[in-house]
Formats: sequence, C-alpha cells, structure tokens
Amino acid sequence: MARDAVLRVADLQTHFFTFGGARVVRAVDGVSFTLHAGETLGLVGESGSGKTTTCLSIVGLLPRAGRIVGGSVLFEGADLTRKSQRELRRIRGRRIAVILQDPMASLNPLFTIFRQVAEPAFFHQHLRGRSLRERVQSLLRAVRIPSPEWRMREYPHQMSGGMRQRIVGAIALAGGPRLVIADEPTTNLDVTIQAQYLDLLKDIQRETGVALIFVTHNLGIVAKMCDRVAVMYAGKLVEQAPVRELFDAPKHPYTRALLGSMPKLGSKEPLYSIRGHPPNLASLPSGCSFHPRCPDVMPRCMTEEPRDFRPGDGSVARCWLLDDVLTRS
Amino acid sequence: MSSPVLEVRALKKYFPARRRLFGGAATWVKAVDGVDITVHAGETLGLIGESGCGKTTTSKLILLQETPTAGTISFEGRDIASLQGSDLMAYRRAVQVVFQDPFSSLSPRMRVGDIIAEPLEIHTDLARAAIDERVGTVLELVGLAPDVAPLFPHEFSGGQRQRIAIARALVTDTRLIVLDEPVSALDVSVRAQIITQLEELQRALGVSYLFIGHDLATVAHISHRIAVMYLGKIVETAASDALCARPMHPYTQALFAAALPSHPDDRTETKAITGEVPSALSLPSGCRFHPRCPSAMPVCSQIEPVLRPRDGGGEVACHLYD
Amino acid sequence: MATIPANTRLAARRTASGWLGALVKAAREAPLMAVIILGGLVLVALLADLIAPYDPTLPVKGAEMFVPPFWMEGGSVATPLGTDFQGRDILSRLIYGARVSLVVGLMGTLVAGGIGTAMGILSGYVGGWVDQIIMRVTDAWLALPAIVFAIFLAAMVGPSMWNIIVILGAVYWTRYARVIRGEVLTLRERDFVKLAEIAGASKLRVIKKHILPNVMNTATVLASLTVGVVIIAEASLSFLGVGVPPPQPAWGLMLSEARPTLMAGQWWLTVFPGACILLIVLATQLFGDWLRVRLDPQTRNL
Repeated sequence: MARDAVLRVADLQTHFFTFGGARVVRAVDGVSFTLHAGETLGLVGESGSGKTTTCLSIVGLLPRAGRIVGGSVLFEGADLTRKSQRELRRIRGRRIAVILQDPMASLNPLFTIFRQVAEPAFFHQHLRGRSLRERVQSLLRAVRIPSPEWRMREYPHQMSGGMRQRIVGAIALAGGPRLVIADEPTTNLDVTIQAQYLDLLKDIQRETGVALIFVTHNLGIVAKMCDRVAVMYAGKLVEQAPVRELFDAPKHPYTRALLGSMPKLGSKEPLYSIRGHPPNLASLPSGCSFHPRCPDVMPRCMTEEPRDFRPGDGSVARCWLLDDVLTRS
Repeated sequence: MSSPVLEVRALKKYFPARRRLFGGAATWVKAVDGVDITVHAGETLGLIGESGCGKTTTSKLILLQETPTAGTISFEGRDIASLQGSDLMAYRRAVQVVFQDPFSSLSPRMRVGDIIAEPLEIHTDLARAAIDERVGTVLELVGLAPDVAPLFPHEFSGGQRQRIAIARALVTDTRLIVLDEPVSALDVSVRAQIITQLEELQRALGVSYLFIGHDLATVAHISHRIAVMYLGKIVETAASDALCARPMHPYTQALFAAALPSHPDDRTETKAITGEVPSALSLPSGCRFHPRCPSAMPVCSQIEPVLRPRDGGGEVACHLYD
Repeated sequence: MATIPANTRLAARRTASGWLGALVKAAREAPLMAVIILGGLVLVALLADLIAPYDPTLPVKGAEMFVPPFWMEGGSVATPLGTDFQGRDILSRLIYGARVSLVVGLMGTLVAGGIGTAMGILSGYVGGWVDQIIMRVTDAWLALPAIVFAIFLAAMVGPSMWNIIVILGAVYWTRYARVIRGEVLTLRERDFVKLAEIAGASKLRVIKKHILPNVMNTATVLASLTVGVVIIAEASLSFLGVGVPPPQPAWGLMLSEARPTLMAGQWWLTVFPGACILLIVLATQLFGDWLRVRLDPQTRNL
C-alpha cells in the first residue's frame, strides 16, 4: 500500500508491576501492527488477552501499575511512547479518539448534550456562539441524531443506549481525528441498534477516511467491519491477516478454534469447543501459551516459544505448525 | 413431535406504571401481552427478542416469580396457577433455571456441593451420603470432577461456574430448564463448550429447554423451534431451519439483516432497520412494529394482526400474509 | 473486561507504597495496639477478684479520703492511684469498672445487633407493609436524641446493669436495621437468592442459608464500631445517675461522683476513669476500622 501509515506499532511491550515490582505481568508482549488511513483493524481476543491494554498503551492511558517497557507507537511519524502526558492529552481527543463500551461512563450526567459535544470545538477550534451551535448540530447530524437542534438541549439520561453511544461518537469526531479506537462499543446494544451503529461507523469512515481500531471478542463484528484482523492470546499477537485470509485459511490453531466455536446462522453443525479456559497472565504456561489447549500440540510447543512465521499470503502467525509447513514446501 | 411439556396460552402481564392518588393504576406497561408458546418434551424452544420485548418477564411468569395478569401456563397438562402443596413442590422440582451471570448465581459463602445440593435438601429427605452421591453424578454429567464439591465458587472460571449452575439445575428430576442468556456473559472460546454441553445433556436426559437469547446465530443453533418476540407479543414462530431459510415477519427479517455475518463475504449492504423499540408505556396502534416496518401498509396502523399459519410450518402475525 | 478491575486493583496497591503507605501501614499495625489494649482490659476484668487490691465498694481500712496517687506528696503505695471521697481505692474501682464497661459494651451491642439485624432482614427481605412499619419506627427512633431516650427508659425501669444493657440495645438497634436492610435489598436481587426461591426454598430457609451468611460481615463490622458508642452511653447514663447504681464501680459513675471535687484540685478522681473510657473506646474503634478493611471483599485480596 502506498498510503502513509497512520499508526505503526512495533514490538510493543507493556508490563504490570505489582508487589513493588516483585511480580511482573506481561499484559502486552511484543505486539506489532500497522494501520493505514481509511483502514479498519480488528483486535480480537478474550478477556485478559491484552487487547484493551494494547489500546490503553497506544493512547497513554495505562493504569499506574502498567508501564510500556519496550517498542514504539508511531502515530503520524511521532513516537507516542516518548511523549509527555501533556502532549498526549493534546493528541487524544483531537488526533486520536477513543470510544468505550459504556457510553454512560463517557458522558457527564450533569451537562447537556450540547455542552459535551461542543467542548472540543470550544477549546481547540475556539468556536463561539452561532458557529459553535452549527458545528455541534452538524456533528450530531453526522451521527444520525434526529432533530439535533432539540436533542442537544437534553441530558444523557433522557436518551436511549444507542443514542448515547452515537453522542460519544459525535464527541469522538469533534476534533477531526485520524484514528478512532473503539473498545467493544456495541456490547451493551441490542442487535438492531448494534447493526445501525456499525453501519454508521462505516459511513463515517467512508466520509472522513479515519483509521479505525475495533477491539472486540466477536468475530461476527470483525467479519462485518474489518479489513485486517489481529488475534491476541495471553498478551501476544498469535495471528495477523487480511480479513478474508483469516476466515478462509486461519493459520493459528487458536484462530481456527475461535472460528469453529462461532455459531453460524442457519447451520446446525456441532460447534468446536476449545478445551480449558484462558490462562492467568501471572502464571503462563511454558513455551507457546496456547499449548495446553491446543488440539495440534507438538512436543516442541511445550518448551520453545514460537516465532513469527509469514506464509506469504499477507498473514503472520506464531505457531510451530507453520515452521513444518514452510520447510516441507 | 412428542407431547407438550409446557403450554403457555394468552399470557399477559401488566405492570402499573403510574398510580392515581386513589385506586388503581392510570397507565399500564404491557410487558407481556397475549403470548402463546409451547415447549415439547426433549425439545429446545428459542425465545428471541431485544431488550424490553418481554422475554424475561415471560420466564419470570413460568418460574412463578410473578403472577400473570391473565392467561394460563400449563405444565404437563396442569395449570400451574392451581398447583398447591406437594403438587407445587413437584413443579418447582421439575422446572429449573440457569441465569446469565455465573458470578451472581452462586452464593459466595456456600460450597459448590451445597449449592448444587440445595434443591435436593428442599425437596427430599435423602441422607447426606445419597445427596453427595447425586451431586457427584451431576458434576460428572456437566464435565466437572466430583471432588470439586468442597470448593468455593470463587475458585472457578466463568465457564466452570456456569457448568455448576447447570449441574444444580439437573440435580432433581428436572424436565424443563429455562436458560436465560446462559452464554452471553462468557468468553467466546467457552461459549461453544457450554452450548455443546447443553446439547449433549438434552440428548442424554431428554430434558426440555426454553432458551432465551438475543443472538440469532446462537439461538438458532441450539433451538429446534424459535419464537420471535416484539413488544410483549410473539410475532413469528417456526422451526429453526424454516425460520432461517425464510423469515417472514418484517421484524424477523430485520433481525436477520442485523445479524452479524459469519464470513466477510456475507457482508450485506442492506441497511439495518431504522428507529428504536418504542416505550412499552405508549404502544403504537395496530401492529406494534408498524412505525419501524419497511413494508408498513395503512391497515397496519389500525388493525392488530393475529398469528396465522405460515408457509413451511409455524405461525406469523403480519398483514402481508393475510 | 476482566482486566480493568484487576488493573485498578494493582494501581491501588501501587499508591499504597507512596504517601498513602504510611497511613496503610499504621492501619495495619493498629489492630496490634487495639488488641493489646482490649486484651489487657478483658484480662483485668476477668481477673478482677485476684488482682484488685481492695474491695471496690468499701473504704480502704486505715486510708483517708482524697489520698493522691503515690508519686505525689501525701500519696501512698498502698493506694497507688489514690482514694476517692469515701476513701475507696481508685485502682480497685477502675479494675472492677472495666467489668461493667466491657459487659455492658459487649452485651448492649449484642442486643442492638440482634434486634437490628433481625429487623433489617425482615424489613429488607419480606418488604411490603412490614418494611414500611419497621422503617417508620426506625425513623421515629432516629429522630429522638439517643441519650434522652435512654434516660427516659432508664427512669421508667429503674437502674441496674442488666436494664442498662437492654435499654442501650433498644436505643441503638436502628442503625443496624438501616444498614442491614440496604444490604438485604441488594442481596435479594442477586441470582442465587432468586434461584433458591425458584427451587421452592421457604422464606426462612432463604434467610438462614443465603441472606444471613452474606450480611454477617457487615453486622460484625458494625458491631465492632458500636461497642465504643455503647460504652460511652453507659458511662453517660451512669454519670447522670440513671445507669449502674452506686456503690457498684462503673467508670461513668466514678466521674459523676468526682464532679463536685473537680474544681478542688483532686484531679485523680476524674482523670483516671476518663482515661480508661478514652482508651477502651479508641481501641474498639481502631479494631473496628481494621475489621472493616479486612472483611471488605474489595480490599481483602490485596
């Protein structure tokens, strides 16, 4: 792709230090990916896989115990891991926007919709009076809020869940971001409202060319929304591929298992169940972290950690199976 | 199809929304408004709908957590409203429930064995040894080792907790389990385990399920028949395959359109239906779906459609098929 | 996602090593001090007959009235903390007084906790008009000044230690009822309670097996924080002459009896019982605070 990368994450490592540094939890361990303008990356994983920590590392919102110990986050050419909190604050909300799962947590119940949507335009673009009102209305129209001139005088509690999540979207768009990170934004929404919201995000992306990171555990959302997919397991990226390659020819057994365990509409085929449950990051299995649950486990998986393999179709996977496949062919 | 286990007829549940100063309620929330469903022996009926459609109220009525405003619920041929004494206890033994959140459904201060044994302690006077044996049996049924009985719930993961909840539901001579979104709170890789386990248990024990959910793919996978609910009413019922092959009610079609694709090639460019579920306080006239319906006709805002037999079996309530 | 609460917990742990560290450390060591004070007092109360040098109700033979503590001029080692206006040994009276304070404090709390927990559970779990009545009664109770109410009751039934216990229990149960009721209201909505009801468990069984075990933490913490309040109330009642009747030695009564001489320079009559009250209340509060932190499931795993 000739376009410039909006975001280039290289070998990102974020650890949590507990008990005064006596215990180290490798929440994110060597994550790399690149995101171009107008592209959507799906960051897939189960709870505790490190997908949320990866996003928090990018925007510099890690909790106190967490620290980026290695790698770089290049956003528009500048390394965000070297920026001060002050500089990051300027970037967040303007160049990078974040949409979280619970819209109520992102909205202040005491302020009107107008005040909350107007804030970035007021402080960053110094709009006042009528031009400010028009800007807010156009933002609300962009997220398909009906009759924005009335709605903007209301308070968050007067709106439905879907409507609130749109408001959060409007605030995210207010600064004209190049990158939007959406962390499971539709988990609390009903199916038809979820579909509306996903359609809306796609429309906005088409109009503005914003790059999107979609954090989710739902492969259906990935199939609907994403161009590329990165699958995380126990803090590591186990597979990364263009969305069609991932669904057609998953390389990592974990990806295969995830796809097999997803019920398909109108199919009664038995679901594939992965045995066991996700590991505790504080005490990971030796070798490949997935080996105790892996259906294709080999002796070397228990001792040696697999490296990245590139089978040539644009995908990257961390699995010893590929080593054999590659050497044989 | 075998004999019906559960038959719900014209079930209604109205909640008072605003009360007058004196006397009765001024407005009613019609949470459940004339619902008919049937669950046969050894069958799974999926009840699907969005939040506020009344599916949870329906399950509460079946579980005797609420009393119906009108209508009947019969279990194995007997109206459960008339059950008393030992008959009532027999019903409570035969019908169990598994809730969505496995962290809330197991008491943090009880041992797993005691949690599972509770229905037995309530309903039988079995000796401790017999209870322990039965607990061990159901633990094995759901794929856990019998020696986990003395542990406390916090030592288990979400999926294991849900297995414990299922074990408890099976410990008596259960014939019907209400599954209220039993996998929604679980990790994806664990969901398939639980679904598969439930399917296996049904094959082995012949127990019936009422599976309540909002995810079409999951409900369609586990259910033999599906009932689609919208604003307190069943709008369409059909065998799972028939419904997936040809959803007829515009709301069912909208649910299918909104369902997430299982492959990037299945992406549809059809737009999701607009609008949101209206408040149950002020129901639309005529067909409740008509304000959001893409094929609404003048008649839809005047006359409420009734369930009629549809092609391929089942029933649909829509003027398009009059 | 599950990682978020875990992370914030880790974060909380980190700050503890900073400026909060000293505070947290102090709180951790507090029970040691509290346990030493409380344990000492319990021991003294139990062994009062053995360790008290004199009968607390009778004047010390051969000793005068208002003998000062031994280190002062005119003091005597025979009566190390001095004697009171009747020539009774202050130390012996303090030692026996510990009995009264502890018995009234613990029993009064037990009575208040028993009534309050029962009422709170009844109110929260049964609901409806039962809830209405109990809550209106607690409203009325809370509107009355506790001490005035206690004086009124004490004046009606007459002063005795056991009456005081019942009276203080009857005065202080309302705070339990309110807190426990709130707890029960959230418990009632938990799925495991619903599951028990659906399985056909009787109300009594649900209360016994599911509600009570889950409110015991709260009740225990509340109890440890109430003991001090009850002890002060007992001292106040005794001070006002409607508590433990003389000549029984109670700290509050000692204060009361010493009041006329407060300005006359015989400070040891008031300072020692006052210090004892301060010490025991402080110790119970510290212990209660520590217990609250320990039993709080949010912080227990740190």
